[in-house]
Amino acid sequence: MAEIEIKNLHKSFGDFVAVKNSNLIIENKEFFVLLGPSGCGKTTTLRMIAGLELPTSGNIYLDKEDVGYLRASQRDIAFVFQLFALYPHMNVRNNLAFPLKMQKLSRSEVDAKVLEAAKLLRIDHLLKSKVSSLAGGDRQRVALGRALVRRPKAFLMDEPLGTLDAEFRELMCLELRKLHDDIDATTVYVTHDQQEAMSMADRIAVMNEGVVLQADSPKVIYNKPKTKFVANFIGSPGMNFIPINEKISPSQSSIKLLDSSLNIPEQKEGTDSNENFLGVRPENLKLVSENGVKGNVFGVEYLGSRKILTIETQLGNIKIRVDSDTQVNINEQIQFDTLNNNQIIFDGSNDKALQSEFIS
Amino acid sequence: MDTSRSPLEATGFSRKLAATIIIVYMIVTLIPITWMVATSFKSVDSAISYPPEVFFEPSLEGYVNLFTNRSRQPKDYLDSLPPPDTWYEELVRSREMVITGPSKFLPRYSNSLIIGFGATFFSVFLGSLAAYALSRFKVPLKDDLLFFILSTRMFPPIAVAVPIFIMYRKLGLGDTHVGMIILYTVVNLSLSVWLLKGFMDEIPREYEEAAMIDGYSRMQAFFKVVLPQATTGIAATAIFCMIFSWNEYAFAVLLTQFNAQTAPPFIPTIIGEGGLDWPAIGAGTTLFLIPVMIFTVVLRKHLLRGITFGAVRK
Repeated sequence: MAEIEIKNLHKSFGDFVAVKNSNLIIENKEFFVLLGPSGCGKTTTLRMIAGLELPTSGNIYLDKEDVGYLRASQRDIAFVFQLFALYPHMNVRNNLAFPLKMQKLSRSEVDAKVLEAAKLLRIDHLLKSKVSSLAGGDRQRVALGRALVRRPKAFLMDEPLGTLDAEFRELMCLELRKLHDDIDATTVYVTHDQQEAMSMADRIAVMNEGVVLQADSPKVIYNKPKTKFVANFIGSPGMNFIPINEKISPSQSSIKLLDSSLNIPEQKEGTDSNENFLGVRPENLKLVSENGVKGNVFGVEYLGSRKILTIETQLGNIKIRVDSDTQVNINEQIQFDTLNNNQIIFDGSNDKALQSEFIS
Repeated sequence: MDTSRSPLEATGFSRKLAATIIIVYMIVTLIPITWMVATSFKSVDSAISYPPEVFFEPSLEGYVNLFTNRSRQPKDYLDSLPPPDTWYEELVRSREMVITGPSKFLPRYSNSLIIGFGATFFSVFLGSLAAYALSRFKVPLKDDLLFFILSTRMFPPIAVAVPIFIMYRKLGLGDTHVGMIILYTVVNLSLSVWLLKGFMDEIPREYEEAAMIDGYSRMQAFFKVVLPQATTGIAATAIFCMIFSWNEYAFAVLLTQFNAQTAPPFIPTIIGEGGLDWPAIGAGTTLFLIPVMIFTVVLRKHLLRGITFGAVRK
């Protein structure tokens, strides 16, 4: 297993820039998730680490060795594809043995390694089956088995759970994470599903338009997003952004909102721009009976353990998370206020979060 | 109303109509072939009898005549010979002839096999390499190149007979197996590149990418992973190539005479030898049918899958 370092990695396809000067360090034994909307460059980054695409410029170091321009076969990594890519003309055993056949091992060694991998994934009873006869989850396990049978330096996975149904996906998330821990792997995992990312990752890198916006632990990504995009992309629903028309100065600790003033964490940075945003998560707002921001209930979404209210206010549409037994009707007049001091101010000129007591 | 049947299923009437059409079509196509096979087992006399004999006493005279050269001899000479050793000698003697040697049918037939299978192999092999490249790589002017490949099919191959004839004479390729294999391969290549490219496009790139990550070179990945999945396309393409090379007549007449002559230009020459020997012609054409038939039957299940390939996502 190994550390992966990406330095100034750049990839363009003609006029289209897929990855822009990205830098990342993926630690040894880390479960690292690349997260972003489709077309953000996460898969291209992964394919460059794998050697399926060559960078336009920049370097990739695997275990301190520069592999950026080597062939895929020379990199000692394994890749799990979204559609599994199991060889349909081979049975499970041969699929698992395929990567080993290139390593000039004796037949008994190959058999032993195949069996070991199969037992680890609990597919040893399927070795003689045809790939086409397997259920989705077993195919997934075979694909994982083919990746780990060689014990490569790193595992790369491109939305490997994307084609499974929801129930099974949760189970595989747990299994994948356990497998990762059991074999001390270094894993780079690409997904657009934030729940998968949150539940499995040691660290998440959020990408958009070819740029790595933030790489941090799930908790930091969620609570202390560094940009407006990350704040909006993570969480469902995403963060509320309330426009504030005043210049923020360092050590400021309250802002004007409509007629009243609102306490915010003490700021450590100021802005040049007069148009900034207050970011607040729906669960950090509460309904109050007086002195709150007034609004009109526009929509109510019942989600079992909670309700999401969409409130029409003079500040725009705001989403609030409330308990599911809260009684609210459409078009009802309500008031709400902040629950705690976890707000973030985003600089309107560059969409970056300002440093404060809360976020640094 | 009967709701037990799915509305998508055919009704009784349309099934019967379909069956009728198929049966009529079968009769139309199979009668000449049946007649040809029957003729090959008739005697010379019964083959030309009028009204035609539908039921007849089977004879292998046609096959004997196909494989032998014979000459007619006076009766007293035939009587002076020792009694015939084999059944076919006896059969020939009864027609007041003796066998003077084997005919050229067998060498012509094996020429057909060598050239037919050779050309098929090379068309499919080269075609699959080209198709893979055109399917996967950025080839400069790819669309124009593909159109050019297709355009070689837009005129009948025989339109270039004269230049090819002259070229082959200068190159010493006339009347050689190599020459005929090259010619048929080239004629078939456009078809095989286009057909196979369609099949290659359907094979997800992930398979070869997985193989390359697993430590294989692209060439190894092509042979171990891509080709086995293209078997359907390869089988379908091989059948088309085989049928063309096997049946081709015009170039064979023009370019081959002795050494590399194939069966199609040879079979009509049987007609000329001592009257219209219909059973021998029937025998020749029947035997000529067999290899393509076997080839097609063997590859049939791939062919059927080949036609429907890609219609429904697997």
